[in-house]
Amino acid sequence: MFEEKGSELPDFLVAVYRHFELQYPKFHKMDYLSKLGWLANEILLQDVFDKEKYKPEDIGIVLSNANSSLDTDIKYYETTKTIASPAQFVYTLPNIVIGEISIRHHFKGENAFFIAEAFDAGFMEQYIGNLINNNILQCCICGWVDVLDKNYNATLFLIEKDKSANSVNFTKENLTKIYQLQNG
Amino acid sequence: MDKLMSDLKTQIIAQLNLQDTKPEDIGDDQPLFVEGLGLDSIDALELIVLLQQQYKIKLSNAEDGPKVFKTVRTMAEYITAHQPQNA
Amino acid sequence: MLNSSEPVFVAGTGIISAIGNRVAECLDALENGRAGMGQMHYLQSAHSKRLPVAEVKLSNEELAQLAGLPNIKSRTALLSLVAATEALAAAGIENIKDLRTGFISATSVGGMDKTENFFTGFLSDNSKGKLRDVINHECGSVTELVADALGIKDYITTISTACSSSANAIFLGARLIRNNIVDVVVAGGTDSMARFTLNGFNTLMIVDEQFCQPFDENRRGLNLGEGAGYVVLVSDKVAATLKNKPAIILSGYCNANDAYHQTASSPDGIGSFLAMSGALQKAGLKPEDIDYINLHGTGTQNNDIAEGTAIKRLFDPHYPKMSSTKTFTGHTLGASGGIEAVFSVLALQHGIIFPNLRLQTPMVDLPFVPERALVKNVKVKHVLSNSFGFGGNCSSLIFSKVES
Repeated sequence: MFEEKGSELPDFLVAVYRHFELQYPKFHKMDYLSKLGWLANEILLQDVFDKEKYKPEDIGIVLSNANSSLDTDIKYYETTKTIASPAQFVYTLPNIVIGEISIRHHFKGENAFFIAEAFDAGFMEQYIGNLINNNILQCCICGWVDVLDKNYNATLFLIEKDKSANSVNFTKENLTKIYQLQNG
Repeated sequence: MDKLMSDLKTQIIAQLNLQDTKPEDIGDDQPLFVEGLGLDSIDALELIVLLQQQYKIKLSNAEDGPKVFKTVRTMAEYITAHQPQNA
Repeated sequence: MLNSSEPVFVAGTGIISAIGNRVAECLDALENGRAGMGQMHYLQSAHSKRLPVAEVKLSNEELAQLAGLPNIKSRTALLSLVAATEALAAAGIENIKDLRTGFISATSVGGMDKTENFFTGFLSDNSKGKLRDVINHECGSVTELVADALGIKDYITTISTACSSSANAIFLGARLIRNNIVDVVVAGGTDSMARFTLNGFNTLMIVDEQFCQPFDENRRGLNLGEGAGYVVLVSDKVAATLKNKPAIILSGYCNANDAYHQTASSPDGIGSFLAMSGALQKAGLKPEDIDYINLHGTGTQNNDIAEGTAIKRLFDPHYPKMSSTKTFTGHTLGASGGIEAVFSVLALQHGIIFPNLRLQTPMVDLPFVPERALVKNVKVKHVLSNSFGFGGNCSSLIFSKVES
């Protein structure tokens, strides 16, 4: 059951893209990690986010995962047996997904990709809290985007300085609660 | 030449994952890069791979890319001029 | 508790690179114009005759001996341990056991150098190969091996943002100190040569078959290098307890996203511009205060024009002296920000500017020319170090000399 579900990742990604009627030809060129993170971000920002409120350099992205870009590293390695694929090689770094999201929305703020065994809510609170409290960013997209073979998971959070109607406080406890809710 | 250009359009779409583009959307003389089909530098490298895989033509100098890959027609002309049997 | 203006001092530095196994050896090579590129000697590659690289001139066995750890196999970890050990020794923090200490190490290769060798045999026969060679594949695993060997336990993390990784590690370290989370941080990065990265850059057709010529009109690409570089950052309070009170601070830092392309820089270098101007703002400096820019300067067509254009926009008409020390070390990827941070500190300590080797024809589109020869006995008070990575990740650091 779980395997079946997982084996559909490429179809799942295209289905989400179609379902939300997204129009972005470059989507089809991305690797799975970028597609997954990019889609999750589109859904995250849909309806609730007004980027006009911010300067491009005030919007940052901090992501993490356990498997870096290993899924694409393996696929690139396969292509080197015949003719190595430049389009695959450009995705053999985890932070390219941040680049793809930034290109889409012209976000130019601070960005970093951390590799950890599991989602570390305490670290996110500390790190992004610092960026926001010190006025380095006014707004930050953060979370977990991981793909390896049949397993995948994207859980993103939108952190803004100003409280909005449906927002909850940016604390380790709330991040953990939401993350666990999303991931059973 | 027309057959070659039509083949090329299908191959370009497959090689570059241009899922939202159909062969008939690409004009013979339409610029492939930037203002035309919106291809970028990585796509240029993928086109070099395409030439190598499909036509056994090796473009060793990436600087020649912009000339060769200007349009589908310039690509077809280059292939015709450099096909191994013509050499 | 939080003091965002508290100075963060550089108490020690450590390097291993193609031009030397210690800081002193690297300085000697920089002063005497000795580049580290040459024919491939340690990496096994189909390109060994064609592509020059800047390798550390020691085998894995010799490195393990130098590091005092015969059981560590990954070259990335060995390079890291050698440089981090030197940095800690130079800092000479006697009561380090009583202080909260962090280790922030950047890498893009991780333990992949070993995995590659494992793969070759394993693919042809899955009973071949030792699994012990792949258990440290993951980047964070390399950091943990080295942290264990250094005895650092309080805060350990790995940053992976391609070629800007080390610069980001260093400024994360500064923030941890300013936020009173740690007292001492060893921050920088490490990358060993690997077939994966060499083949990858070769796939992108940006590897030079000759010795690279950054900021030359006729530049052809980069030479891949390897190494590790770390700085030991300490709080004001710790600095005051040291016998040799440090005289260099990390005064500014900034990261921005170019938001243009997965691997290429935007032609106008908007990300580089934002990173450099943000770092100046953080340091409270004006462009004309900068005495030297240690360029990212990879030698690719794209980087040098983007970086140069951003410098022109920010600095014109007051151009500081500039050079790319990748003309000595090659491009050491995830380690480059760490190695170049140490070079920036050396420029401040010794009042010297390193040459941009092999510069023949200056770029026609830029109104400035990097230094071609060593400049000695010059006032160097503020140094800007650039590191720009794939994913549009652009970082700049500023190191400054404080009056004692």
